[in-house]
Amino acid sequence: MSGSKILSVSGRAVPLVGDDIDTDRIMPARHLRAITFDGLEAHLFGDDRKHAANHGVVHPIDDPRFAGASLMIVNRNFGCGSSREHAPQGIVRWGVRGIIGESFSEIFFGNSLMLGMPAVTASPADVAALQQAVERDPRLEVSLNLETMRARAGVLDVAVHLPPAARDALMTGRWDGLGLLLEDFDAVSAAAARLPYVSRFAV
Amino acid sequence: MATLLDKVWDLHSVRRLPTGQTQLFIGLHLIHEVTTPQAFAMLRERGLTPAFPDRIFGTMDHIIPTASLKRPAPDPVAEEMMATLEENCRAHDIPLFGLGDDHQGIVHVIGPELGLTQPGMTIACGDSHTSTHGAFGALAFGIGTSQVRDVLASQCLAMDKPKLRRVRFEGKKGPGVTAKDLALAMIRQLGVNGGVGFAYEYAGDAVRNMTMDERMTLCNLSIEGGARMGYVNPDETTFAFLRGRQYAPAADAWDRAVAWWSSIASDSGSTADDERVIDVTRIAPVVTWGTNPGQSVAVDEPIPDPRSLPGGERDAALEALQFMGFEAGAVVKGRRVDVAFIGSCTNARLSDLRAAADVVRGQRVARHVRGLVVPGSREVQRAAEREGLHEVFQMAGFEWREPGCSLCLGMNDDKLSGAQTCASSSNRNFRGRQGSPTGRTLLMSPTMVAAAAIAGEVVDVRNVIPRGGAVQ
Ligand code: SF4
Repeated sequence: MSGSKILSVSGRAVPLVGDDIDTDRIMPARHLRAITFDGLEAHLFGDDRKHAANHGVVHPIDDPRFAGASLMIVNRNFGCGSSREHAPQGIVRWGVRGIIGESFSEIFFGNSLMLGMPAVTASPADVAALQQAVERDPRLEVSLNLETMRARAGVLDVAVHLPPAARDALMTGRWDGLGLLLEDFDAVSAAAARLPYVSRFAV
Repeated sequence: MATLLDKVWDLHSVRRLPTGQTQLFIGLHLIHEVTTPQAFAMLRERGLTPAFPDRIFGTMDHIIPTASLKRPAPDPVAEEMMATLEENCRAHDIPLFGLGDDHQGIVHVIGPELGLTQPGMTIACGDSHTSTHGAFGALAFGIGTSQVRDVLASQCLAMDKPKLRRVRFEGKKGPGVTAKDLALAMIRQLGVNGGVGFAYEYAGDAVRNMTMDERMTLCNLSIEGGARMGYVNPDETTFAFLRGRQYAPAADAWDRAVAWWSSIASDSGSTADDERVIDVTRIAPVVTWGTNPGQSVAVDEPIPDPRSLPGGERDAALEALQFMGFEAGAVVKGRRVDVAFIGSCTNARLSDLRAAADVVRGQRVARHVRGLVVPGSREVQRAAEREGLHEVFQMAGFEWREPGCSLCLGMNDDKLSGAQTCASSSNRNFRGRQGSPTGRTLLMSPTMVAAAAIAGEVVDVRNVIPRGGAVQ
């Protein structure tokens, strides 16, 4: 029940500039109207893309220069708001395997981890430098290495951060934690038995 | 000298996982139709079944129509999502309060109402406003769909313990100021991401004096300030609310429950990792002007000039102003509204509807405004109808709907169209949130929404003399 070991992600990167990008923007609620996650990639940043097109601007997700990107570079508090897993599902299904950002909302971070997608943080200056570098040269190969905890892009070589538990889970292929949670069911039953409300305060 | 966070966390810790995280037992798992179908499918793929089906309760709220209870629902997708939840609950013996059920409603309204939500529990739900249940002194937080699968299969989650920030609300709130205003003022002060990594413990005399409904509004908005969970220590107000509710302990068990609930509250003298004080006496009715819940001002306060804001916030503020059609330096008061929405898990409980009805009584919704009242649950709806509140709203020209999330997220037919402006008692003013990509949301308290509906524009509720009673 474990996934593949994730030691690094590399490829081209798409920059998504802006603080507090919420999951309603990443995946508008009307695309949650389905009982599977299939096809979500088509709606990634759906409204923002339309809005940009109407104003004669190409949204990075529509920009052919960034097609096929494996990494996304974002700013502060990315993925805030709704807990919808549809947001990281859409990102993964679009082809992204790792995100580098200034910071992430907790729920988004956890949801990404469950999909085996590292969401690592870097300093605002380093994030801006990476965004500018791929903006200047979209073909630039970017690599995110969890062993060294560095991200490299051309001459840039910056430190990235990930909580140790998440890093360990990704590197050992245990990011899909269900296997671990099911390992010791006796311990779960014992915990339940300790809680008076589970037995409706019978004693 | 331990805090509620320490005690409840330790009590629910199953073991330390090899990754360093805690395996945390979940005392109550609430599920709804939109974030669970994939989780049940994943469970089936692995040949697993729910480990503790009696600790799971389901309802329908997000996509359901609020215009009628007809089945099959006119919207085939809504019908499919409802039918899927019904099937999954039936297959696994999970109690479900479905469309038309006496206990159906927004998941964060019905949990407390039924007495399912209790102090000292860990509570998870595939919805970020699960923080609402923290009002009872529970550790309650939103999770994604893969985590819903985890809880179904194991009744546990792999979690990191958050740090604790104690937020003290001190002083008495002025007339027309509500718990919603306190929460929005806090988010503005601490930032929409200020709470990331923290659980919030709400304290201070203003919180002690709050009703449970008010505490729920406050805890509900924790996540809008970045805190995944927020709680109030349980006290007599909490116990009085729970007594006699369907799933609350009764008879001898009640006394044992109260003793245990009291024991899990933070010890006096316990310390938090961080502490903030908010002066309630300085808070006026709040409205948002931007596209996140932190972009707010007092109703008569000029919108800040983006050029006065720090670097990161400047661009976001400029974009938000443009999207919302506001100018820096303007006030929100006087902004024409097209839609007025009283609803959502933040502000659609009985006390909210009563307060709004007091503003509305004997008046008419402005000609150009569409007004909707969507009760938080069937129980709220019925109780309001017993008091005749539906007539107050209907006579004023509001639509009186069936319970559900409705225009809070625009997943059903209740949506803004085009660039309409909506005065809303909900919790998110994100772009596109209310169903129209260009729709514009002004968050405010339900009494402020009611006043805006009547005036046809944002007004200061303190200047509105309610005919039916005092604005509280
Ligand atoms: S009312 Fe709105 S915020 Fe609350 S659960 Fe429903 S959609 Fe979520």
